[in-house]
Amino acid sequence: MSIEEIQNEIVEEFSMFDDWMQRYEYMIELGKSLPLIEEQYKTEDNIIKGCQSKVWVHAELEEDKLVFTADSDAIITKGIIAILIRVFSNQKPIDIIGANTDFIDKIGLKDHLSPTRANGLVSMIKQLKLYAIAYQTQLN
Amino acid sequence: MIITKLDIETIRKDFPILKRKVNGYPLVYLDNAATSQTPKQVINSIVDYYSRYNANIHRGVHTLSQEATDAYENARIKVQKHINAAEPHEIIFTSGTTDSINLVANGFTSFLKKGDEILVSAMEHHSNIVPWQMLCDRTGAILKVIPMNHEGDLIMEEYNRLLSKCTKLVVCNHVSNALGTINPIEKIISLAHKAGAAVLIDGAQAAPHIKIDVQKLNVDFYTISAHKICGPTGVGILYGKEEWLTKLPPYQGGGEMIAEVTFEKTTYANLPHKFEAGTPNICGGIAFGAALDYINSLGYRAIASYEKELLEYATKELTSIKGLKIYGTSRHKTSVISFNLEGIHPYDIGTILDKLGIAVRTGHHCAQPIMDYYKIPGTIRASFSFYNTKEEVDILVEGIKKAKQMLG
Repeated sequence: MSIEEIQNEIVEEFSMFDDWMQRYEYMIELGKSLPLIEEQYKTEDNIIKGCQSKVWVHAELEEDKLVFTADSDAIITKGIIAILIRVFSNQKPIDIIGANTDFIDKIGLKDHLSPTRANGLVSMIKQLKLYAIAYQTQLN
Repeated sequence: MIITKLDIETIRKDFPILKRKVNGYPLVYLDNAATSQTPKQVINSIVDYYSRYNANIHRGVHTLSQEATDAYENARIKVQKHINAAEPHEIIFTSGTTDSINLVANGFTSFLKKGDEILVSAMEHHSNIVPWQMLCDRTGAILKVIPMNHEGDLIMEEYNRLLSKCTKLVVCNHVSNALGTINPIEKIISLAHKAGAAVLIDGAQAAPHIKIDVQKLNVDFYTISAHKICGPTGVGILYGKEEWLTKLPPYQGGGEMIAEVTFEKTTYANLPHKFEAGTPNICGGIAFGAALDYINSLGYRAIASYEKELLEYATKELTSIKGLKIYGTSRHKTSVISFNLEGIHPYDIGTILDKLGIAVRTGHHCAQPIMDYYKIPGTIRASFSFYNTKEEVDILVEGIKKAKQMLG
């Protein structure tokens, strides 16, 4: 599926929830299901700055697609990462670079998260895109 | 002595913000150690200043400037009386505690030499650590740490052992922002003086809860931020003994702080203006005065007695939650409770509580060394003020239970 298709799918899933509590319960569930990053990649270098909780992200190129693995010490943050990984992992770097991130507003994540958390979200997306740019250069 | 009971319901009406709803729930504001809310008496003083007599001070010949100057200097006297300083010019208006500490740390550059020592407590806010580290970098002085125990009390025997003829300065908070511990500053000050060291006490967290008498304490420097004591942000004071402030060189150069300026030589103004370069936060200073009037109209005895009741109630109720651990269990505490729930990140709890309209602080509270001591990433901190209620404690407890259920 393309990035846009996955985003639309997520927006649709979130539209089924009536209130914030259901949204958060869903995110917590997603967080619990997040495939963990391998221990060796949980290094200082892989920590994303700008989050109150710790977030590690590792990127690896598999053929022409970029695969992300990640983890966090906070479960809600993990839920957010799980959503981002679903959207951006297993995609071509060029598509990740060009991807629009309006879906975050559409699922009410940006509005519903505290400002520092929202900043963390922005930092996370920025970091994923930076990885994509780096690997795209490698592919060229 | 009979202590007048506070009429909390009436007091709450003084704080317009407490009527707010957050995420559809009535606001439960329990982040008072970060900043306190502002009563209408203080808000009115701000509105009055900008509506009636906004002008630059100390140099205008016109009526507005005179009125603003009088109000600002009157606020200085209010602060002086509030902390029982000997002279009004021992009160320096700053932008807050951080600014006050930096002023002293900069001034001490010329007093310290290589090998001199500064003692700092293990439970300081970063703002009472970093300026001293920077001072050490400039001078070659050494920063030594007064350790604390597991309850969150300073180990006084260790402090006594650290004091020597090399000790030039001892810096410590009156009350810990992360743990709520009230430090035995009388003892800390007298021991430091015996060793020949000066003392700076960071009073940011004490001022809202404890009546301060700088002469009785015999402290050399004491700092306060207005926004923690029902005043506005961006203003605070440095108290310094006259002899120290006279010795200390100016911090920033500019207007207001000079006696005479030529391109060859500038002479500095007398205290307090020597340390108040540029146009100050005039309105903030005046509103700070109004905040002190408000606090004093309630009275510290009544505030302390009520906050003690809240602290005891909240401690008891929170402790009843399974897996909840409180950090900072000193017998001498202000109404601050730092805690964690087993296996749950503080940030997750804080996020869910916010969704329920409950404002707490999560994280390291700008006191990373304390978190390192307990080997935790941070805590959830609920800090209570005299306008909080037992009902709000109950809402917090229910909120934590809800969050625990969602996150567990």
